[in-house]
Amino acid sequence: MILPWLILIPFIGGLLCWLGERFGATLPRWIALLTMSLLLGIGLWLWANGDYTLAPAPGADPQWTVEFKVLWIERFGISLHLALDGLSLLMILLTGLLGVLSVLCSWKEIQRHVGFFHLNLMWILGGVVGVFLALDLFLFFFFWEMMLVPMYFLIALWGHSSSDGKKTRIYAATKFFIFTQASGLIMLVAILGLVLVNFNNTGVITFDYSQLLKAELPAGTEYLLMLGFFIAFAVKLPVVPFHSWLPDAHAQAPTAGSVDLAGILLKTAAYGLLRFALPLFPNASAEFAPIAMTLGLIGIFYGAFLAFAQTDIKRLIAFSSVSHMGFVLIGIYSGSQQALQGAVIQMLAHGLSAAALFILSGQLYERLHTRDMRQMGGLWHRIAYLPAISLFFAAASLGLPGTGNFVGEFLILIGSFVSAPWVTVIATSGLVFGSVYSLIMIHRAYFGPAKSEEVLAGMDSREMIMVLGLAVLLIVLGVYPQPFLDTSAATMSGVQQWLGSAFTQLASAR
Amino acid sequence: MDLTIQHFIALAPLLITTITVVVVMLAIAWRRNHSQTFLLSTVGLNLALLSILPVLKVVPLAVTPLLTVDKFACLYMALILVATLACVTLAHAYLGDGGSGYPGNREELYLLILMAALGGLVLVCAQHLAGLFIGLELLSVPVYGLVAYAFFNKRSLEAGIKYMVLSAAGSAFLLFGMALLYADAGSLAFDTIGKALAATSMPSLLAQLGLGMMLVGLAFKLSLVPFHLWTPDVYEGAPAPVAAFLATASKVAVFAVVVRLFMLSPAASSGVLATVLSVIAVASILVGNLLALTQSNLKRLLGYSSIAHFGYLLIALVASKGLALEAIGVYLVTYVITSLGAFGVITLMSSPYNGRDADALYEYRGLFWRRPYLTAVLTVMMLSLAGIPLTAGFIGKFYIIATGVESQLWWLTGALVVGSAIGVFYYLRVMVTLYLIEPNLRRHDAPFNWEQRTGGVMLLAIAILAFVLGVYPQPLLDLVQHAGLQLVS
Repeated sequence: MILPWLILIPFIGGLLCWLGERFGATLPRWIALLTMSLLLGIGLWLWANGDYTLAPAPGADPQWTVEFKVLWIERFGISLHLALDGLSLLMILLTGLLGVLSVLCSWKEIQRHVGFFHLNLMWILGGVVGVFLALDLFLFFFFWEMMLVPMYFLIALWGHSSSDGKKTRIYAATKFFIFTQASGLIMLVAILGLVLVNFNNTGVITFDYSQLLKAELPAGTEYLLMLGFFIAFAVKLPVVPFHSWLPDAHAQAPTAGSVDLAGILLKTAAYGLLRFALPLFPNASAEFAPIAMTLGLIGIFYGAFLAFAQTDIKRLIAFSSVSHMGFVLIGIYSGSQQALQGAVIQMLAHGLSAAALFILSGQLYERLHTRDMRQMGGLWHRIAYLPAISLFFAAASLGLPGTGNFVGEFLILIGSFVSAPWVTVIATSGLVFGSVYSLIMIHRAYFGPAKSEEVLAGMDSREMIMVLGLAVLLIVLGVYPQPFLDTSAATMSGVQQWLGSAFTQLASAR
Repeated sequence: MDLTIQHFIALAPLLITTITVVVVMLAIAWRRNHSQTFLLSTVGLNLALLSILPVLKVVPLAVTPLLTVDKFACLYMALILVATLACVTLAHAYLGDGGSGYPGNREELYLLILMAALGGLVLVCAQHLAGLFIGLELLSVPVYGLVAYAFFNKRSLEAGIKYMVLSAAGSAFLLFGMALLYADAGSLAFDTIGKALAATSMPSLLAQLGLGMMLVGLAFKLSLVPFHLWTPDVYEGAPAPVAAFLATASKVAVFAVVVRLFMLSPAASSGVLATVLSVIAVASILVGNLLALTQSNLKRLLGYSSIAHFGYLLIALVASKGLALEAIGVYLVTYVITSLGAFGVITLMSSPYNGRDADALYEYRGLFWRRPYLTAVLTVMMLSLAGIPLTAGFIGKFYIIATGVESQLWWLTGALVVGSAIGVFYYLRVMVTLYLIEPNLRRHDAPFNWEQRTGGVMLLAIAILAFVLGVYPQPLLDLVQHAGLQLVS
């Protein structure tokens, strides 16, 4: 029964925040903080007490650490099927942690309609937890679409319109919504296609993951259905031709929105690939792998180049996410255990480092009221601590050894070198551009001539605790990643077996 | 044919509605009283709704060659009666009480709505072209009066005349088509026509032309592209509760009879006509959604959106096998709930009547911070129209996509995906408008005690229903699944 509560807690907490607004603006903040801490606490408790050697693998019925199943819509064999394994647990921990941080970082930034803001924030996180737990494809799609609505409100109502007034926050929010909604519908078509093919073979209509894993698909159909899933995930990840909503949404969103968007929402796409696209369509995925890896490569370079050219600090971080997700995509489709594990670590590390960078740029915005780096410069002496901490996270973002990002990128590259040496070599050279845009961000914002000599307010304890906590976690992830690797090992080995055997078949067929 | 007690039971909803019409008319002649008329109408409609329960025990039963009452008819009769009840309740709030509100005679509106509902009931039971025509005219003619009910308002009068002229033209097409079909098949009964068409491998040119002309007439009533031109003007001009009736009860009845016609004579939807239907579906989806994009008038926007929604429904009609019938039922139920909710909010915003309806989008700016519950209702309705999970609209859209995939209608399914993506844009625009904060704009408030009024309570119930069906649709699916077409000779 613990799994439905993981989803319900944010939803109930959100409603309480809204109702609590009439007793003052502080109460909703505390309720939200408590809700997210509870979520994080339950996650940690599960981590301490669960057996994470259980995970779905080919050839047997999937096994889960915790499972919950209740019939929901009988007509289509849809059930409320939730289950937890190592991968979902890590993602839920990340969600809980970033949830706490996004409440904290909005403490001063959001002053209008605090209760409704936290309602939306909590509901996004509830939807994301639902995505990470759902094992019925209908339920998965249900949460996948549902989390868009509060995110839309978050950007459209509390966002910032760009300084030149050309791109409004509503424009950005609508673009985000339409991109994800349209691609989601394509996934729905693919889901229904899969279910109906399975129905024609077996006579059983079901949306259940474990049943559909056994579906026998003709090669051409499998490829088309896989593409349907891939497009939805590619838009959310984002993969390059579908990425254009991301910088707009990030630049216009409030800090908490950016933190959730970069930290968690992008991860739902990678999670979807690992949980659904690969195991359901292993053969088509193996066939598609070279294309996916090429797209990943394009993402790495394109993201890096565009990040370099940005003047808006949040757009820069947004494009750097595109670049980092390129590595994750390569790792996922390489089909080696090491690279898959690396992708998981990279997801966690990017979640932490991007969240920290967005929080820091939010703090800069609160002090300077601009995100334009042309109007910054010389801030190193004007704000206490903040520049130095930014430097740390910029270094983490470029993959400095000792941080989690290094472990992730290193594992991805070393793992995929065996199967795709050329892709790996080119991707590695992409790291150079990573350092270029990270350092140029620091240089433009904090060094150079100062615009004024006025000393700005330093960081208060709330701001310090947030970013220093993230820094400590990143270092832990970089120095001692073993507990995290152990947790996701079983899941990733299952994915690797699916993809690996498909690769072998593909090789022997050629 | 002998009429037994069974037949009378089967006809009970129609008979009770007819009696209500007569009673309401006599009551108005005796004493004009708004509340009394409203009360009589609701009692009559509720009795008619309740009488469906005994009807279910005697169905399927053919009553005269013109009408047949089966579970399919029962479902749609119930839907029409519920929609009419909701419209009547809204109209009561809209017309207002005592000195304020609508200045003319209020009572005849109920009479007209009841008659139109009766037409709808006949229509969903029709199994004969004559029955179809009687039902359709009984539905349409009172609606002319309803649309122009606020006749001292130029727009309303214009809309009424426009609707009358175009509707008459549509009926003329329909009649001509029926005549051609009769010349070919030698019968007016749906199933005999179906058999006659199926007897030849390819329907004759005459029959195809006849069906095509009938399609024009019916497409006009359903406002499908390219026969949609009247829709936005009429929706805008008609008083809000009447627009709600047009969007829900009227369209549901017409669509139900189209479904029966096409299911009983399958040849009608094969060959060239299937292609024509597909083209109309795609055109309706795209044109409806694209034209809605720039609307700043909520009623016009809903008019265009209804064009698109009936385009989606046509996908199931084109598929016409497997899940199709169920999909149509589920979609129509969810669409009725959603439209009633959306028009209901407009009605309450415009209540009591004060010369014009509150239908401009700017009047809704920042409504959330003044009227949170009313806004919550409209938000749920917009999300439901856009087909977002947690709302009834999602289940409907899910069904249509499932039907499209099942029948491998890839082009139509593709059009639906594109149409939905476009649709999201304007539904979101309406939704976000409700939450924007604009201090210096004219404030247009719903009456402060709107929650206490029957209309407000009903609207909240509709919103909760839309939410509950989105989360737990199983009861609805059971209901619709058992309401299949049954053929009785």
